[in-house]
Amino acid sequence: MPSTIVTLTLNGTERELIARPSTTLLNALRETFGLMGAKRGCAQGGCGSCTVLLDGRPAVSCLIPVVTVGGSTVDTIEGLADGDRLTDVQQAFVDHFATQCGFCTPGMIMSATALLDRNPDPTRQDVTEAICGNVCRCTGYEPIITAVLSAAERRRDAPQSPATAGL
Amino acid sequence: MGRVTPVDTAYFAGERAGDFTVIGSPVQRSDARGHVTGRTVFFEDLTPPGLTHVKIHRSTRHHARIDRVDVSGAYEVPGVLRVITHEDVPNNWYVVLRLIGVGPDDEPVLAEDRVLYRGEPIVAVVAETEEAARDGAARVVVDYTDLPAVLDVEEALADGAPIIKQAGTNHFVYEGHHCRRVRLGDVERGFAQADHIIEGRYSSSPIEHAPVEPTGCVVVPQGDGRLRIHSNTQAAFFTLDNTALILGVPPTSLRVVGGTVGGGFGGKVDVIVEPLACIAAMLTGRPAKYVYSRAEEMQVSSTRAAERIVIKDGVMDDGRIVARQVTLYVDAGAYSRHSPYGATKAAAHMPGPYTIPNVHIDCYCVYTNRTPSSAMRGFGVTIGDFALESHMDHVARELGLDPLRLRLKNAYRDGDMKAHRKIASGTALVEVIQRAADLVGHDLPPEYRAMSSAERPEG
Repeated sequence: MPSTIVTLTLNGTERELIARPSTTLLNALRETFGLMGAKRGCAQGGCGSCTVLLDGRPAVSCLIPVVTVGGSTVDTIEGLADGDRLTDVQQAFVDHFATQCGFCTPGMIMSATALLDRNPDPTRQDVTEAICGNVCRCTGYEPIITAVLSAAERRRDAPQSPATAGL
Repeated sequence: MGRVTPVDTAYFAGERAGDFTVIGSPVQRSDARGHVTGRTVFFEDLTPPGLTHVKIHRSTRHHARIDRVDVSGAYEVPGVLRVITHEDVPNNWYVVLRLIGVGPDDEPVLAEDRVLYRGEPIVAVVAETEEAARDGAARVVVDYTDLPAVLDVEEALADGAPIIKQAGTNHFVYEGHHCRRVRLGDVERGFAQADHIIEGRYSSSPIEHAPVEPTGCVVVPQGDGRLRIHSNTQAAFFTLDNTALILGVPPTSLRVVGGTVGGGFGGKVDVIVEPLACIAAMLTGRPAKYVYSRAEEMQVSSTRAAERIVIKDGVMDDGRIVARQVTLYVDAGAYSRHSPYGATKAAAHMPGPYTIPNVHIDCYCVYTNRTPSSAMRGFGVTIGDFALESHMDHVARELGLDPLRLRLKNAYRDGDMKAHRKIASGTALVEVIQRAADLVGHDLPPEYRAMSSAERPEG
C-alpha cells in the first residue's frame, strides 16, 4: 500500500509527514519528529509508557496507525513545560518524589494532565483509574497518586496554571 | 525544605553524631527534572543514521542436540544484511562472574551443538529494519534431537539424573565441594540436647523483574575503530570487560555509555545484548540495536532464582534455638550467570540474625533446563529471609511463644560469634524490634524492654 501524507497539530503546531500504513503514531513521533518523550515499553498497549494526548484524551501511541489520526491534535510531554517553567503536574511529580527511573514518567504525566483537565477535583479513586493503564515498576504508585492529588489542589488554588494554557 | 521525618535520637545516643542534615529531610532528585520533561535520554532515544536491527532465532526445546542449522531462508528476506552464528563470536564461551575469578565459562553467546533451555539464542539476524530482522530470524530452520530434560532441583541432584552440564555435575562446585557450606559447633549434639525439633519446608517460584524499559543497547562504530555502546546495563564495567573478553579486543577499544536505566531491579546486570550488538556492528560497519521485545523480556531474560529451603531447628522450652540445619537449593536454570554468587550469599545468610551455637548449612547451586536465573534485588537472601522468618513464626506457634519475644531471645548482640566465625558488631536488631513493637502497640514485658544489642548481661 502506498504511503500517505498526514497532517496533524503537534504540540500546538501544524506538522506534516509521509507515513507508511504500518507506521505507528509512536514511531512517527520518535523517528520523524524526534520527540523522544513518549517511550516504547511493551509496544503492545499494555504499559502506557507511550501515552500521549490525542484530541485531549490519553492514548497509547504504540497501537495507533498514524495515518488514522490526520487532522487530530497530538500533545506530548515535550509540549507541556513553558520553557523552563514546569506545569503544575510536572512540578508536583518533582516535589513528591513521583519519579524514580523516569521511564514511565512522561506517559504517567500525560494521563494525569488529561484527568485534571476534565476533572479539577478528582478523588483518589479517580486518580487510580486515570493512571491504571500506566505501569510503574519503581514507585509503588503512592507518590504518583499523592503528586496528582497535590497538583489538583495547586491548580484549584492557582487556576491560571500553564498546564491548561498549553493544550 | 526542613526535616519532615523526625530522627529517633533515643537509641545509641552516645554512638553517633546528632547533627544529621540529610536524613529525615527531602532532597530533590538530581534527575527528576529530566524525567518530568521527557528530556532524560534512554538508550533507545539514540537513532544514529544507518541504524541496523538485531533479532534472535531461539531454541524451541528445553534440552536438545542441534543437528543442523539452515540460515538460507533468512538471507531471502529483503533487508537482511547478515546472519550471525557461534562461528562469528571470537570467544563464544563466557561466564559473567569470571571477572571476579569465578568459573568455569559455561554459557555460549550463541548455541553451538546443544541447547539447554527453551529460548536459548542460536542465531542472530541483522537487518535494515526490525520487521526484516524478525522475519529473517523466524525463517532460520534448526533440526533438533531432543535430550532428557531436568526441570526440578532435587531431581537434578538425584542418583541417575541426566547430567546436563559439561563440567560433569548438575551443581556448581565450590572449591572442590558439592555446595556452599557453613559449619559451627555440632548440630547433631545440638538436636540431641533440644527439647523440640521443629522442621519446615519452604519454596518460591522464579520471579521476572519486568522493567518497563526492555533490556537493550545501541552500538555505534566510531571513526577511530572503537565501538560506543549505549546500554541500559546496571553494570557498566561488567558490560565493558565481559564484552571485551567475548570479542577478544582490549577494553580500551570499547566505550560504554550508560547510567540511565528504565527499571532494572537486578535484571540488567547480565551481559547478554551488548556482545551480539557489537558483533553485528563490526560485521556490517553500521550502528546496531538489539532490544528485547516484551515477550523476550518475560520469557528469556534472567529471573530471580526459584529456591527450595528445608529448615530444621532444635529449640529449648524457653525458645532458645540451640541447633539449626538448613538445606537450600537455588535453581540456577541452564547457566551460571550470577547464581553461584547468589547461592553463596544464601548460605552466609541462612543462620539469620540469630545467635545459634550449632549451625549446619548446605546451599546448592543447581543447574536445570530452565531459563537461567541471575541477579534480582537481594537475590539469595530475600527468599531465605521469607523462609527463615516464616520458620521463626512457625517455631513460636509450636511452642506457644510470642513471636517478637522469640526473636529478641535469639537475636544476635554485639560481641556474639556468628556462624561464619565473625564477631557480630553494630547489630541493633534488639532495638529495632523494640521500636517496631512500640510502633504497632505490641506488648513487651520489662525484661525484654531492658535488652540491649550492646550487651548480653546473661552472658
